[in-house]
Amino acid sequence: MPKDHGIGASPKRREDLRFLTGTGNYTDDINLYGQLYVHFLRSDVAHGRLNKVDTTDAAAMPGVVRIFTGDDFAGVGGLPCGWQVTDKHGQPMQEPGHPVLAQGKVRHVGDPIAAIVADTYEQARDAAEAIVLDIEELPAVIDMKAAVQDGAPKVHDDLTSNLCYDWGFVEENKAATDEAFKNAAHVTTLELVNNRLVANPMEPRVAVGDYNRSTDESTLYTTSQNPHVIRLLMGAFVLGIPEHKLRVVAPDVGGGFGTKIFHYAEEAFCTFAARQLKRPVKWTSTRSEAFMSDAHGRDHVTKIELALDKDNNFVALRTETYANMGAYLSTFAPSVPTWLHGTLMAGNYRTPLIYVNVKAVFTNTVPVDAYRGAGRPEATYQLERVIDKAARELGVDPIKLRRQNFITQFPYATPVAVEYDTGDYVATMDKLEQIADLSGFEARRKASEAKGKLRGLGINCYIEACGIAPSNLVGQLGARAGLYESATVRVNATGSISVMTGSHSHGQGHETAFPQVIAEMLGIDESMIEIVHGDTAKGPMGMGTYGSRSLAVGGSAMVRATEKIINKAKKIAAHLMEASDADIEVKDGKFHVAGTDKSVAWGDVTLAAYVPHNYPLEDIEPGLEETAFYDPSNFTYPSGAYCCEVEVDPDTGRVTIERFSAADDFGNIINPMIVSGQVHGGIGQGIGQALLEGAVYDDNGQLLTGSYMDYAMPRASDVPFYTVDHSCVTPCTHNPLGVKGCGEAGAIGSPPAVVNAVIDALHSAGKTNVTHIDMPLSPNRVWAAMNA
Amino acid sequence: MYNFDFVRPKTIADAAAALGHEGAQALGGGQTLLPTMKQRLASPETLVSLTGIPEMQGVCKADDGAICIGGATPHAVVAAEVAAHYPALAGLASHIGDPAVRNRGTIGGSLANNDPSACYPSAVLGSGATVVTNTRQIAADDYFQGMFTTALHEGEIITEVRFPVPEKASYQKFEQPASRFALVGVFVAKYADGVRVAVTGASEEGVFRWTEAEEALSANFSADAINGLTVPADGMIGDLHGSKEYRAHLVGVMTKRAVAAAA
Repeated sequence: MPKDHGIGASPKRREDLRFLTGTGNYTDDINLYGQLYVHFLRSDVAHGRLNKVDTTDAAAMPGVVRIFTGDDFAGVGGLPCGWQVTDKHGQPMQEPGHPVLAQGKVRHVGDPIAAIVADTYEQARDAAEAIVLDIEELPAVIDMKAAVQDGAPKVHDDLTSNLCYDWGFVEENKAATDEAFKNAAHVTTLELVNNRLVANPMEPRVAVGDYNRSTDESTLYTTSQNPHVIRLLMGAFVLGIPEHKLRVVAPDVGGGFGTKIFHYAEEAFCTFAARQLKRPVKWTSTRSEAFMSDAHGRDHVTKIELALDKDNNFVALRTETYANMGAYLSTFAPSVPTWLHGTLMAGNYRTPLIYVNVKAVFTNTVPVDAYRGAGRPEATYQLERVIDKAARELGVDPIKLRRQNFITQFPYATPVAVEYDTGDYVATMDKLEQIADLSGFEARRKASEAKGKLRGLGINCYIEACGIAPSNLVGQLGARAGLYESATVRVNATGSISVMTGSHSHGQGHETAFPQVIAEMLGIDESMIEIVHGDTAKGPMGMGTYGSRSLAVGGSAMVRATEKIINKAKKIAAHLMEASDADIEVKDGKFHVAGTDKSVAWGDVTLAAYVPHNYPLEDIEPGLEETAFYDPSNFTYPSGAYCCEVEVDPDTGRVTIERFSAADDFGNIINPMIVSGQVHGGIGQGIGQALLEGAVYDDNGQLLTGSYMDYAMPRASDVPFYTVDHSCVTPCTHNPLGVKGCGEAGAIGSPPAVVNAVIDALHSAGKTNVTHIDMPLSPNRVWAAMNA
Repeated sequence: MYNFDFVRPKTIADAAAALGHEGAQALGGGQTLLPTMKQRLASPETLVSLTGIPEMQGVCKADDGAICIGGATPHAVVAAEVAAHYPALAGLASHIGDPAVRNRGTIGGSLANNDPSACYPSAVLGSGATVVTNTRQIAADDYFQGMFTTALHEGEIITEVRFPVPEKASYQKFEQPASRFALVGVFVAKYADGVRVAVTGASEEGVFRWTEAEEALSANFSADAINGLTVPADGMIGDLHGSKEYRAHLVGVMTKRAVAAAA
């Protein structure tokens, strides 16, 4: 019988009541007295010298309060990068400046040039049209390989080239890896593109800056996944406002997917302008602006080689990847193709030698940074595609080849510097074979063929590293931040609890799932517990939500703080019952003296803490509030096996997803319903990447896919009913809940499964010359591959 | 969006008079014009809404059996009210855009705009329909004059479209993955005096009749009759969603499917 409360239960999400009834409080719902509106005049050329920005006429337009340009930010710091990568020669990456408003040059379509602040948004837009720009257009660099050729136009004149870094990992493995390739019985090579994506959260970005003259305090309301991080980056590095005079609030946020992690120019601008003008300043992104100013995702061009011995054991893996940084370094951009990608190249397999080379390149495009999965989908895609290709070349079953090479002993230290604590890849594959009904596939293929369709089956395994991770380790790897999480558990006098967490919920259901954990620990009802997040004024410094880390890291902090609460409450209870606190047990919301029938209720203990008349004041302080900071000792390693079945229309090349099954090992599960929802959403985004989505620039740097007319988002009719299973559980060994994280898995595991399935379908029709098609597998691309 | 004046006349005569003024622009359901104005790519001084004119609304049947659709009739009304009389036309209307588009967008607006990827032009050309305006009647073969170009004069209003009802017809649309406009759409209609085949989405010249296929199908109305026939890739639209060759190929595929599905 499933549980109806606590850990393992599936209560409906309490936050959905407000989300589904239109009573959420999103940043755009915030309107302050005396508020002004800002419109950003953005570059419509990809690369140009900014000779003059003449605002004379525009400044005289109705309603205009002030127009800012790059000159106004001459004394203001640029947007900082939060991760420094060291290249294969031991040198730091090339790190260009990133001004709030363009200075001297524009470097991508959408680069903000001027900010017009006016009484109304329409007045600001009207005035923008009266600004006279003198831009000397320069040749744009769009293609990454062309960008690193000698003589290519430079995106940043003060850098030596467009190469941000040339990273080798693990450099000490390179010679041995090359040697293993020379001696291999078989080598499979694949060149592929991991397509550039635009995250497209339902809620576009919004920022409202406010300034209180009487206290000299600034407040920024913003659509962020990590308000504390924004406060630190913007306060310390851009505007020079100390934390105690700067509050950042991220209220309800309508989806992030990574693109709301980063500190953006518009946030700094609204905060800065509110201080200058002594009035609130608001910016709401249009969808068109989102396409050209939200950080994009993926955009890797990779060559991967897999070496096998005569018995089909993997002996070595070698990759060369070009990773697009765009025109500037977004907050965590350098870490994505390196430490979040190279470290995952072992996948689920015992490959003894791995060498990963990544060249990060500046181009005249929107900056690229983390997007759901961030580096791990790129690693999984190339690895699982090359394994599938190897299986075809060798004439072996792709599942058998994977099983033969699975890691089976844990902990397992990979040749790419991480140690998997736990997992059972055989179990998830067994589970997949069962839930996907693989034995029924041939009959389904025949049924498809009877309709004139080709049917294919694609398998994929994935490993991901979540819950990033020990602060001292990531510091060595170049992170300029810690990666702990905080929680304050505030027990109120009558026993209700407010939990302040640094994790931020923007669709993940934290407000429902986190109380389940604390309710389980204390034996009280979940309705007594409220989660408070998204406001730097309300909780301790926290690192926010990304990388499937909230439960593994933030939840662990909550557990630690609750343990402190329990310890103190036991002392109070022992005093009330004149017993020893060592004898106190917590059960069903009561404190019992072990071995007796004596007990006091939770509420009596909490009241005593705040009305300490009968209280051990000589031993403990009044009150019942505890804070914990949790810094994990390792990443967590969720894993899984996915199966996709597609039909391909041979006349048109159109691919439809007929079945999709996912067997995941997320460790222990707090709320199975929410986990299923996270997997559903991830798979949907992965199918979007595989079949539909792709940001495309022309040679001049114009974004051809700048709206939903040309950028294809997945819709309900593009995805099937999924079969998801998370009953395979190997608990994480190093966090108190034994949890691993589930937010990104679907987006990591699904694209290779889809592409493998399409290739399988084409091979079933004798199109064996088709070994690869680049995503998105649009009807035109599939048809062209079939008819090449 | 720039400021503009807005009028909503109740008669065709008043609408025509309003459109006679400098800077006036007719507004149907606004599904193309309003987004264009929001992007500040159009700046009419006056919008003359055509949706408040009763005589331009709804569906009726003429004495000769033709289906007459008022120029300001939304797609959803066509989908519902034409289904019993001309199912292929109703089916086309029921798959334009999404419910919001279908309940605002009008047949007259679609035809006046003549987007090369719109669905309606293929039905009008494929049916040999008559576009009725406030001043004249225009045969479909004369009406479409290339991408976003029609025989309409400045200020002329589409008041009605008359569709002769075929024995059999079908519209087959292959959707552009992002916009879900027609990447290629083919309308096939079989009349007593021959078959008409109209193709939308494919050509740089906008909607066109595939006369070779019409001749073959008039002789033998079966999908096999198309075998061996191709349209040249030259002159097709080529973009990131479909090459010229792909679109030319799809014209054949969709024509066959339309013939097979014709009812």
